[in-house]
Amino acid sequence: MIVLRLALQSLFNRWVTAALTITTIAASVVLLLGVEEVRTGARQSFADTISGTDLIVGARSGGLNLLLYSVFRIGNATNNVTWTSYQDIAFRPEVAWIVPLSLGDSHHGFRVLGTTGDYFTHYKYRQSQGLTFAAGGPFTDLFDAVIGSDVAASLGYKLGDSVVISHGLGSVSFLEHDDKPFRVAGILEKTGTPVDRTVHVGLAAIEAIHVDWQSGARVPGQLVSAEEVRRMDLAPKAITAALVGLKSKLAAFRLQRAINEYRSEPLSAILPGAALQELWGLVGTAETALKVVSAMVVATALLGMLTMILSTLNERRREMAILRSVGARARTVLGLLAAEAGVLTATGVALGLVLLYAALFLARPYVDAVYGLHLPIAPLKPDAWATLGVIVLGGCAAGLLPALRAYRLSLADGMTVRT
Amino acid sequence: MTVELARTAAALAPDIVRLSGVRFAWPGRSAFVLEVDTFTLSARERVLLIGPSGSGKSTFLSLLCGIVAPQSGRTEILGSDLTGLGAAARDAFRAEHFGIIFQMFNLLPYGSVIDNVLLPLSFAPGRRRRATAGASASQEAQRLLARLGLEPNLVRGRSAANLSVGQQQRVAAARALIGAPEIVVADEPTSALDRDRQQAFLELLFAETSAAGAALIMVSHDQSLAPRFDRVVPLADIATASHQGPSYVGPSDQ
Repeated sequence: MIVLRLALQSLFNRWVTAALTITTIAASVVLLLGVEEVRTGARQSFADTISGTDLIVGARSGGLNLLLYSVFRIGNATNNVTWTSYQDIAFRPEVAWIVPLSLGDSHHGFRVLGTTGDYFTHYKYRQSQGLTFAAGGPFTDLFDAVIGSDVAASLGYKLGDSVVISHGLGSVSFLEHDDKPFRVAGILEKTGTPVDRTVHVGLAAIEAIHVDWQSGARVPGQLVSAEEVRRMDLAPKAITAALVGLKSKLAAFRLQRAINEYRSEPLSAILPGAALQELWGLVGTAETALKVVSAMVVATALLGMLTMILSTLNERRREMAILRSVGARARTVLGLLAAEAGVLTATGVALGLVLLYAALFLARPYVDAVYGLHLPIAPLKPDAWATLGVIVLGGCAAGLLPALRAYRLSLADGMTVRT
Repeated sequence: MTVELARTAAALAPDIVRLSGVRFAWPGRSAFVLEVDTFTLSARERVLLIGPSGSGKSTFLSLLCGIVAPQSGRTEILGSDLTGLGAAARDAFRAEHFGIIFQMFNLLPYGSVIDNVLLPLSFAPGRRRRATAGASASQEAQRLLARLGLEPNLVRGRSAANLSVGQQQRVAAARALIGAPEIVVADEPTSALDRDRQQAFLELLFAETSAAGAALIMVSHDQSLAPRFDRVVPLADIATASHQGPSYVGPSDQ
């Protein structure tokens, strides 16, 4: 016990370098596990964004592009789907439900989605969880808007507030549909998906605000008021994409093939899960690169510890000579130094875990609000524990080099320190 | 007991240390070789080993304590041939039978006074048993410190680094004496002290080694200390230190 106590006191005696070493190891552990947590969180967030949708239909393009713009509001559609084709698909016997999506406009940088009331019934996220309203409800009027929770929070909107939609995308727009303002009819509960950052309006409303527009600009001298437009036929001519639910999952491939071979119009149908896998395959290389960088940071931290122990070894030769003189075996000296490296690494790992969870706790609301990533705060998975175990073992192994040197020095020094 | 009487008694006492035909070169180091013809130390004897710097005194002590093993010859301590023991066995033997005082006292500066004194007991169960025969190890350490002039309330809770030179020396002596080892080895323990303090420290050291029944072998440059010892041994009389060619590499001391 006395030997261990003295070894710890020796470590405390060098507390500045020891603290720096521990901090370096802790920072590397935070980075290594943080990258993994963010990666897992991002994957989970993406995977959780859509659930219960069997097919997504859009204009002919890459499956990944279709998934990104229709579900994640990332990027734009290459083309539209005609309303005729949409109806053709909607009336197919395999289809249980279909929800049209019309994208292209925005409001203070938030995407505007034209859809139907079915969207609020059929859109599911995070293992078949449905959308719920924090206030109000779905559209009842042509110019009703349902906003996501982030839209409401960041713009300070409440029920009844006016919303003017901008033509096109971007946070600043000079082309606004200010003659036909919308009214906030509903505010959705937080979902942790792009829905939170979306302004939902009726599909007919999208047609309504564009009746006096052509080629991205207002037609001069052809102003149609909000009241006049209510009396017009607002059947859409085209949509951006559609979410499809099937009566039987078994029909998914058959319908997908039928849509991909659709003769009247070049269309694409994708299985969301398959497209996500394609996405993971695409980002897998970047993830691997991140992991490699993190592992290198850990290795650098362990090398720093090795340097610290080696640099203090000379001044500790007297300490080792004392231990040897009172009967400590050379192996005890070796063990003490290896144990010191182990204690430093284990403390660094423990501190890293504390810092990681503190950082996750503090950063979660910000990351959720700004990036839409829902970072889970959950116990470490077995492979993360295994990684930490490898780090501690690596630390002990790194400590063996100075320990072996100390062993040799303690044999060579005998009773006198020879420098 | 007068010095003369002590010398007579020592001469009659059995040898507890006997080195003969010992040859040692530091493993991996080319130059220095120490050859000891014969050296003996009797029970309770006080021997002053003198020699100039670099003559091999510390190497001699390392051989005597079994920290290193000679390449040839015989090192017999308390009837055991150390040369026949492995490194671990020599370490255990040293812990049990030797108390060592260094030139610079070599206390662990961050350790408490009591921990420094008790440290040898961690490696020597026999000494621990002897130290705890009448009281706890900590009480025995305090008793020794008190006998060496360090009152327990003066050192309680203090780290060794906060002691004066004289106090550190007493702690080093207490560490060497705890558990009553048979042989106390002191490597120039008075070199950092002025004349008065030297005398006072030697008085204490002699009194305690006598009380413990231990033999004392002390290394010093200072020949003026000679009259206080039973025997003075110039290292040159018992050993030859030589420098061999750079290619010499001795076998491992393992």
